[in-house]
Amino acid sequence: MTDQITTDPTKALERMRAGSMTLTLAPWLIAIVVLVFLPMVFTNNSALTIMNQMSITIVFALAYNMLLGQGGMLSFGHAVYAGVGGFACMHIMNMSDFFETIPLVILPIFGGLFGMGLAMIVGSFSTRSAGTVFAMISLGVGELIAACSVIIVAFFGGEEGISGDRTYANPFFGIEFLQQIEVYYLTIAWLVISAALMYLWSRTPVGRMANAVRDNPERAEFLGYSSRWVRYYSFVASGFFCGIAGGLFAINYEILTEENLNTTSSGVILLVTFLGGVGFFFGPIIGAIAFTLLQTVLSLSTELWAFYAGVLFVATVMFFPGGLAGLLMMHVPVFKLGKAHRLVMPYLKTLLPGAIGLLGLAALVEMTFHFRHAAPGDEEMTIFWTTFNSHDVLPWVIALAITVIGLGITKATAPALKEAWNEANTAGGAS
Amino acid sequence: MSTPALELTGLKKSFGKAEIIRGIDLSIGKAERHAIIGPNGAGKSTLFNLITARFAPTSGTVKLHGENLAGLEPFQINRKGLSRSFQITNIFPAMTVFENVRCALLWAQGYKYSFWHLVNQKRDLTEGAEAILDQINLLERRNLPAGTLSYAEQRALEIGITIAGGADVIMLDEPTAGMSNTETDYITDLILKVTAGKTLIMVEHDMGVVFGLADRISVLVYGEIIATGKPADVRADARVQEAYLGAALEAEH
Repeated sequence: MTDQITTDPTKALERMRAGSMTLTLAPWLIAIVVLVFLPMVFTNNSALTIMNQMSITIVFALAYNMLLGQGGMLSFGHAVYAGVGGFACMHIMNMSDFFETIPLVILPIFGGLFGMGLAMIVGSFSTRSAGTVFAMISLGVGELIAACSVIIVAFFGGEEGISGDRTYANPFFGIEFLQQIEVYYLTIAWLVISAALMYLWSRTPVGRMANAVRDNPERAEFLGYSSRWVRYYSFVASGFFCGIAGGLFAINYEILTEENLNTTSSGVILLVTFLGGVGFFFGPIIGAIAFTLLQTVLSLSTELWAFYAGVLFVATVMFFPGGLAGLLMMHVPVFKLGKAHRLVMPYLKTLLPGAIGLLGLAALVEMTFHFRHAAPGDEEMTIFWTTFNSHDVLPWVIALAITVIGLGITKATAPALKEAWNEANTAGGAS
Repeated sequence: MSTPALELTGLKKSFGKAEIIRGIDLSIGKAERHAIIGPNGAGKSTLFNLITARFAPTSGTVKLHGENLAGLEPFQINRKGLSRSFQITNIFPAMTVFENVRCALLWAQGYKYSFWHLVNQKRDLTEGAEAILDQINLLERRNLPAGTLSYAEQRALEIGITIAGGADVIMLDEPTAGMSNTETDYITDLILKVTAGKTLIMVEHDMGVVFGLADRISVLVYGEIIATGKPADVRADARVQEAYLGAALEAEH
């Protein structure tokens, strides 16, 4: 593309395209810089573990969204493609003669190939149609393979799973991946490569047609494309990148079990992707970051984290079907009109009391949980840095008051926010 | 005129006991503009769907340039150079106008299922799509989601998508249905322009459009063609007058 810039008569057009090229490159470069320097901000090992988990989830969620968002295929059993890729990598780790000859950094490719191989087999019959039939087949196959984990013990290792040791690989420029930080850089390298390849995929003829088939399979057929084959190629590509995620999981945790295959894991990746937003390429990235934080950070402070994640998911489906990415992108027109500043105050007035109210509600939930489930005699509990007796009346009154007042203010100020929103989305007017 | 562009022999279609198409023989020559008219429920759209393999015929054959299309899927027929539009607008509403046309170009330009080309960097695709948009006067609407266009613009876009692949047999199903007079004139001119030199087969209710565009007309009544010929001959045909045209022409006035 760059080779045409100087000589072509349509120079302006080329410059425009080159401009949009830098515009598309900028987020990628920023992301890479952030990823590289992140361990210098969060230095402890648990932060590294969280970031590794996040990176793996991002790859998995992006791969899942190749189907859900871009191809319109709802899969209920996608964990198996990552899982099988991961198991394959574990077996390679345990084949010491072979494993000693390859550097660890290329191991995820094998995961990808196995994930892709499985997707080629399953896709050959599951992609015949989209919609309910596809969803049901994906669920059935997912369950089938998850059930195989206790039947085909040689491959899946039964209930203990398969474990291995990544450090037996051929050292890569002297790096043996003993340290968590080394694994982190391996993981983010694969994250960036996979994300870039998946993004580019969406810009290729078959990637564009995946969108077309999603929107209107019949029209696509009358344009010369078999919607079945378009779906098949998306499915196989998705299987490949899921397998990469599985391989990264194997490297990070050095163990894979039935948990990596089951419907819970498949459900989680659907949740992550939807939470982030299926309509935009970067949606699953946001979803993976948000969900991993919920899962790791929130689970440190409450046993009920899954409950909150569930509530968040239901709220997303009901009120923001575009997910977090959709919520962000809703604001682009406002910024283009230069009216974003007008939303700051209304947002503060509505969302701040709302957040406080929700925290009050969470306190009530936690107190109820403590009241019902704490060991007999253990009446003392601590939330939001406050210790009190959960059997006293006063804390309940305070929490209830905070909830009612907070949510009440939100309800009262919501119309003003809506008005401000409409105003900010309309061109013109004094600024 | 050695082999006809499209040849139908003994084409029949039944849904259960109901015979919708009851034996159609029709031959349409290269570069001919052929209109199929008839009352509602005569089977015009069904005939279109049989030709393009949206439905499988109960019996009979469809030949495109002498080649039997039996057993082929719609996408395979499209690749052989037959393209169609639909009675109910059938586009990609969530995609931009430009993307709609570009998708229609992909197969014809040989990109197939490739994942080693980036569509944004292909000048042939961009320029080809822009040329089509120019022809259908939607260049200014280039970056709008297709679903936000006006009805007439969406119909124009569908014609654009239909012709974009370079098919030499174009089938249009009621391209002016539901349009105002101005819009109808606009679409008629557009059809004339974009189908120059190609075989055109269209279903149409507007007699003004039919007699203005068509070289030959077939009248379909209850699944059978009761007359085929030049517009003037068809107009004069007594059976046509009786079955359909009299009433239809009266309705025009």
